[in-house]
Amino acid sequence: MMMETKKIKLPHGIPDYNLTEIEREIPTNEPPAWPVNNELKVVGKRINRTGALAQVTGTATFTADVLLSGMLYGKMLRAEFPHAKITSIDPSAAENYPGVFAVHIFDNMIEGANPKDTEQHDYPEVKYAGQPILGVAAISDEVAEEALQLVKVGYEYKDFVVDLDEARKEGSPVVFTTDVDQEASDGGEEIEEGLKSQGNVRGPSEGSFYGGPRGDLEKGFTEADIIIERTYRTQVQTHVPMETHGVVVDYNKGDVTVYASTQSTKGVRNDFADHFGLQKSKVRVIADFTGGGFGAKHGLGNFGVMAGHLSKKSGRPVKLMLDRKEEHISAGNRPNSIQYMKLGAIRDGTLSALSLVSYGTAGVGLGAGVGHIAQAMYECPNFKMQQYDVFTNAGPGAAFRAPGNVQGAFALEQIIDELAVKLNMDQLRLRDVIDKSTIRKVERQRGAKLFNWSKPEKAGSDEGVIKKGVGVAQAHWPRFINLDSTVEIRVMRDGAVEVRSAVQDIGTGTKTILAQVVAEELGLNVEDITVLIGDTLFPIGPSSGGSIVTGSITPPARNAAYEIKLKLLDIAAGRLETETENIITKDGFFIMKDNPDKKLHFKDVLSRMRTEQITATASRSDDYGGFLNGTWLGYGELGSVQFAEVTVDTETGFIKVDRVVAAHSCGRPLNMAQIESQVNGGIIQGVAYALYENRVMDKETGHQMNANIDFYKMPYSFEIPEIEIEMIEDYGARTSTDATGIGEPANIATAAAIANAVYNAIGIRIYDLPITPARVLAALNKVKKNNDE
Amino acid sequence: MKEKKSNPRQTGSFSRRGFLKGAGITAAGTVIASSGVLSLHGQAPDTNKTLGPDTITISMKVNGKMRKLSIEPRTTLADALRIKLQLTGTKVGCDRGSCSACTVWIDDLPTLSCMTLAVEVGNREVTTIEGIAKNGKLHPVQEAFIEHDASQCGFCTPGMIMSTAHLLDENSNPTLDDIKSATRGNFCRCGTHPKVFVATLDAAGKM
Ligand code: FES
Ligand code: FES
Repeated sequence: MMMETKKIKLPHGIPDYNLTEIEREIPTNEPPAWPVNNELKVVGKRINRTGALAQVTGTATFTADVLLSGMLYGKMLRAEFPHAKITSIDPSAAENYPGVFAVHIFDNMIEGANPKDTEQHDYPEVKYAGQPILGVAAISDEVAEEALQLVKVGYEYKDFVVDLDEARKEGSPVVFTTDVDQEASDGGEEIEEGLKSQGNVRGPSEGSFYGGPRGDLEKGFTEADIIIERTYRTQVQTHVPMETHGVVVDYNKGDVTVYASTQSTKGVRNDFADHFGLQKSKVRVIADFTGGGFGAKHGLGNFGVMAGHLSKKSGRPVKLMLDRKEEHISAGNRPNSIQYMKLGAIRDGTLSALSLVSYGTAGVGLGAGVGHIAQAMYECPNFKMQQYDVFTNAGPGAAFRAPGNVQGAFALEQIIDELAVKLNMDQLRLRDVIDKSTIRKVERQRGAKLFNWSKPEKAGSDEGVIKKGVGVAQAHWPRFINLDSTVEIRVMRDGAVEVRSAVQDIGTGTKTILAQVVAEELGLNVEDITVLIGDTLFPIGPSSGGSIVTGSITPPARNAAYEIKLKLLDIAAGRLETETENIITKDGFFIMKDNPDKKLHFKDVLSRMRTEQITATASRSDDYGGFLNGTWLGYGELGSVQFAEVTVDTETGFIKVDRVVAAHSCGRPLNMAQIESQVNGGIIQGVAYALYENRVMDKETGHQMNANIDFYKMPYSFEIPEIEIEMIEDYGARTSTDATGIGEPANIATAAAIANAVYNAIGIRIYDLPITPARVLAALNKVKKNNDE
Repeated sequence: MKEKKSNPRQTGSFSRRGFLKGAGITAAGTVIASSGVLSLHGQAPDTNKTLGPDTITISMKVNGKMRKLSIEPRTTLADALRIKLQLTGTKVGCDRGSCSACTVWIDDLPTLSCMTLAVEVGNREVTTIEGIAKNGKLHPVQEAFIEHDASQCGFCTPGMIMSTAHLLDENSNPTLDDIKSATRGNFCRCGTHPKVFVATLDAAGKM
């Protein structure tokens, strides 16, 4: 069936640079084009966060806060050995322990990669220290923990490996003896299906959704005037959401309610239904407030499966929240990487060849690639990458804010910086030559102005012990879209306006932007809108991952509001005795265009509805002008450019990031305050990744040595840099809101910008993360290098 | 597997779960709760036999009101507030004194409720995030947090507010460094710090 279409003109381009209008042919039921932000009332403004009042008064309910009548507390016994066959489990003492209501033993590993193994086992093989084996539900956390201590587990130990380099060697203990696969989450990590393993090494993956290799590498390197070849290493980083992973499951004989600290209500719902053989409509998942996720909270998780079994067995609601240690060792991490990168360039800066070979370990999971940033960001006719996953006996990795690309940017943006230095060229000037993106060009210009950038002094040229340096790095992130994004809007005779969707708000401000978009369309204030989200009883919403949400859920929110508005216009037109075309909505009124004195209050119009309630539901329509790929990859990108200024104490090796300037874009910005918050968060996590965070595994025992937040170093108040943000409106005329998310791009360039600034300060480049004082001193030849670090 | 004492009563001691264990000390006694949690929700306590130091009843002044609660001696103040009194605004982020999400005031002194046993409070007064708005009026710091978008996921926010509100109650004209100092133990994964600083400075002007 041909859809009826109309042609409309929409804003296109960047204000004060190349803003213009373009015409698009779109379905007739799409709303008219919004002008640029400064002509709008609510959208694009600093609107207070919906839910902030509940957050600051302590009434916001997180999963950790849920208390249900008769609720039990679940806890899991975790393997103490990193690699073992379980020969026996005797849970009887735990079962008989007073206060224990249910015990459940896992029959498979559940998370991580799945071996194609048809053999039947009594128990899953233990593949990492901390892998859950069984769980109990008891009247309190304490009783549950005591009961776990009574369980007897017989192990047959196997050799194990936790180190990436060791695991790659021939003769290393092997984690999976058969080929494995794993479904990628909605977090944006890339996992190529069907690749073969040799020992612990799986791959290579040689492409991404942007395609495979290009041109002829060898030819490209022959043509090059300059060749730079380097090895970069990045560490394992854990997500550390302040609210740990967890659920409360009320199985209730198969009419299940799951409260989940999640980035995906639908993901939890689907996983639960799958595991327990229930229809999706039998499982309701609620996530009112979620205390952060950063990529690791997309699915039900093994703890969720456990809580389900325990609730089913005990007939009571079961709460199972991970403790901080469990969170570190088993709930996901950003895999580490070794990246061998070789770059060839012509004297004018043009790139002639780029090759990348990477290895990384997501422990017992897949997804340790370093993304597509090397493939996508710069023009380079000859390109090849080979990315390998390496298995180790450690907890599974998970998507983590711009998965792959953060690691990838650390290598790519340092090698480009090095090229600029070799060419004696300003870093920004070089990027003007090799980067075809318009948005990043404008970001470079405006960011440089705010930062007061000029071609950096010769590296290490500061006199004295304390040296200052500046650096810059760029980011690329695709415009992902999820069509499973539906919004229902209800208006009621008493004036209520409700927005409903299963989409969740994990601190990203989704509730607020939904209220803003609907308020703008109906000519109301955000206070007039009630946003009810985070519940699978409402229409399906996208997972909060990959910076997908804003671009996916706000267009249907606007479209549903528009449908409601058309109905209300009819009522108003009848009352005002005019045509609907002669009415505009503004400041809570329906106003006659040709006689502005004649107007009706919004509530007045609602009170005249024929029925108590009018409902409109809209789903995400296709991008105007279609997709770059499938129905999930849009045209355009989320580029960003970040500048860093650091101080390095060359006697102690101590680095302080003094200042970061971040130039960003996310289509039409919806809420400046929330965007700033997200960018701040991305940068602060980037500082942490650059300087502090590092999961340290003990090679002797296979345990994480810093599974807490006292020894897993992260930034506190005194380590926060001054941050300035340059937000650039970038209209793409792609949807009715033309907005996109910003979570991922905020986090990609920071570590590389800091690394470049450290080089500029001390004149020696550090290729390994985190850039600790020890590494700085080693680079300066002041202490012996510690290979173990 | 740890050896279990057959009659835990004889040991006569109890431990702060987790912390002591984390410090490498074997949990000394086996304590089994009678079900305070369940009775809280109007259900009869489970009839399992109770061993170990008995549940005890204490009174505690919280947010201006005397509250009676029955707890185990090992119950932390954080758990007592969150589970027994259902004051879940106080958050537990680490349960070992390294994130300050659980900050409350005990007699106006910011205190980590995860590192404090409920029985230690005695006749001092506890103030939680639920208790700092006075007569229906938010504390200026709360107002400023809303105004400046100083919360993202909001999980660290109660702790941040208990730290900064205390600072302003003591010093209505703080410097940026004073604010950093007051929040130096508050961990925030979402990166709200820059806005926490701005909000607190702004609130200071309105004290
Ligand atoms: S929960 Fe008390 S300091 Fe972290
Ligand atoms: S707002 Fe999320 S941890 Fe601070």
